[in-house]
Amino acid sequence: MIAQSFQYASPGTLAEAISMLDKYGEDAKVLSGGHSLIPMMKLRFANPEWLIDINGIPNLAHIKEEGGVIKIGALTREAEIEHSDLLKKYFPIFADVTKLIADPQVRNRGTVGGNLAHGDAANDHPAVMLALNATIVATGSNGERSIAIDEFFHGFYMTALEHGEILTEIQIPEPPAGTGSAYHKLERKVGDYATAGVAVQLTLDSKGVCTAAGFGLTNVNPVPLRASRSEKALVGKSITDETIAEAAKYASEDCSPSSDLRGSEEYKRAMVAVLVKRMIHKAVERISK
Amino acid sequence: MEITLKVNEVQHTLDVEPRTLLVHLIRENLNLTGTHIGCDTTTCGACTILLDGKSVKSCTILAVQANGKSVRTIESVAGADGHLHPLQEGFKDNHGLHCGFCTPGMIMRSIELLENNPNPTEEEIRWGISGNLCRCTGYNNIVKAIEYASAKNRGVEPASTEPQFV
Ligand SMILES: Cc1cc2nc3c(=O)[nH]c(=O)nc-3n(C[C@H](O)[C@H](O)[C@H](O)COP(=O)(O)OP(=O)(O)OC[C@H]3O[C@@H](n4cnc5c(N)ncnc54)[C@H](O)[C@@H]3O)c2cc1C
Ligand code: FES
Ligand code: FES
Repeated sequence: MIAQSFQYASPGTLAEAISMLDKYGEDAKVLSGGHSLIPMMKLRFANPEWLIDINGIPNLAHIKEEGGVIKIGALTREAEIEHSDLLKKYFPIFADVTKLIADPQVRNRGTVGGNLAHGDAANDHPAVMLALNATIVATGSNGERSIAIDEFFHGFYMTALEHGEILTEIQIPEPPAGTGSAYHKLERKVGDYATAGVAVQLTLDSKGVCTAAGFGLTNVNPVPLRASRSEKALVGKSITDETIAEAAKYASEDCSPSSDLRGSEEYKRAMVAVLVKRMIHKAVERISK
Repeated sequence: MEITLKVNEVQHTLDVEPRTLLVHLIRENLNLTGTHIGCDTTTCGACTILLDGKSVKSCTILAVQANGKSVRTIESVAGADGHLHPLQEGFKDNHGLHCGFCTPGMIMRSIELLENNPNPTEEEIRWGISGNLCRCTGYNNIVKAIEYASAKNRGVEPASTEPQFV
């Protein structure tokens, strides 16, 4: 399958890329890893007239710690996230999630920025970023702006990014001591999108009382979903069988999965509850280590 | 658009349409037909090549994205004198292929796998080739072939090459 004809540019600076995006408007698309966009172009679901390849732009592929914030460049490949010692130190959830995103070859190309900018509730990073309370940095002709993750996902393939804006960085607050995180998705086979996926980050104080909770759900809602009632069910309380069951129940009630080849709506809700329970246990286990 | 890239250590300058896929450049412009197209949907891994040393699926990369880069295909794996690479030897001796369609992709993927992890466990090998499908072998002998190459690379006597019928 071959895409419809288009023009290709590989600018060497961010400013140049932004001015091209401004010039070509709706006819242009950013190309990062290309592992969502090129398949869509081959199927002719996407027919951009211009592809602006940002892979040649320097300083977009870092993982660093600055002033209590972990900063991940948009062009960082999944394989780099999977093996980053800095991310392993603070966020074991990234090793969980990257291992479940497609396969090694896809992870050598796919970028975390592209995964979020694609705006697909089936992708796995959105739920993780919700659980971690990330901030998205977008750069356009008016400079940089920060977008809270809760404001970022607008609908099917729709995000808060404006035409002419490039997602340049993801910023995640460094978690306090006593924090643990975990992600799992149910998939039919390697490379499949989630039947249901759950991301959890919890902080417990020295008495075992939950002081912060983040829950994100994958592919069980038209947009990536924060399970707010599940978070509230835990904060200020101890993690007991009862509070866990409550958090699981709320998540399974508040999502809105559709029945499809991966399972019925009822099955997916049941799996959300199971995964919430398991990921809470896993996050807590990681705190005690 | 004119691009310059190195393929198996040979420099090429070619004029390609931006929509040309890298796998088509490799197979049709350069006649290197060892790289296969199985699914054309980033699923099977038959089109796996090394791009600047990283294993990637060339059906999902534009040829223009390889401009200025270095590509390695299955044709570069055996020595100039025909001497087999340890992975090729492993696949041959362990019955790691039946029809052979998946083999070039399996080998290109395994080159990077063993570079990153010279002594992988069976589980690491299975995860490592999880982006490559084989419709014939049932994978057991492919895993054995990769274990053979790993042992040979490390200077260890490879385990018995008796084929495993499971
Ligand atoms: C076989 C296969 C299996 C997969 N399985 C999974 C999976 O299990 N889980 C999962 O999460 N993903 C999966 N993916 C998707 C993969 O992770 C993609 O790489 C990812 O969704 C998009 O990242 P990319 O860098 O490839 O973006 P691209 O494909 O380059 O871009 C995707 C979209 O985002 C826009 N865009 C990209 N970067 C930016 C930016 N910096 N600023 C603004 N806009 C931008 C593009 O214009 C395009 O519209 C799979 C892909 C394949 C091919
Ligand atoms: S042909 Fe590229 S992955 Fe199947
Ligand atoms: S040997 Fe036939 S597909 Fe693998």
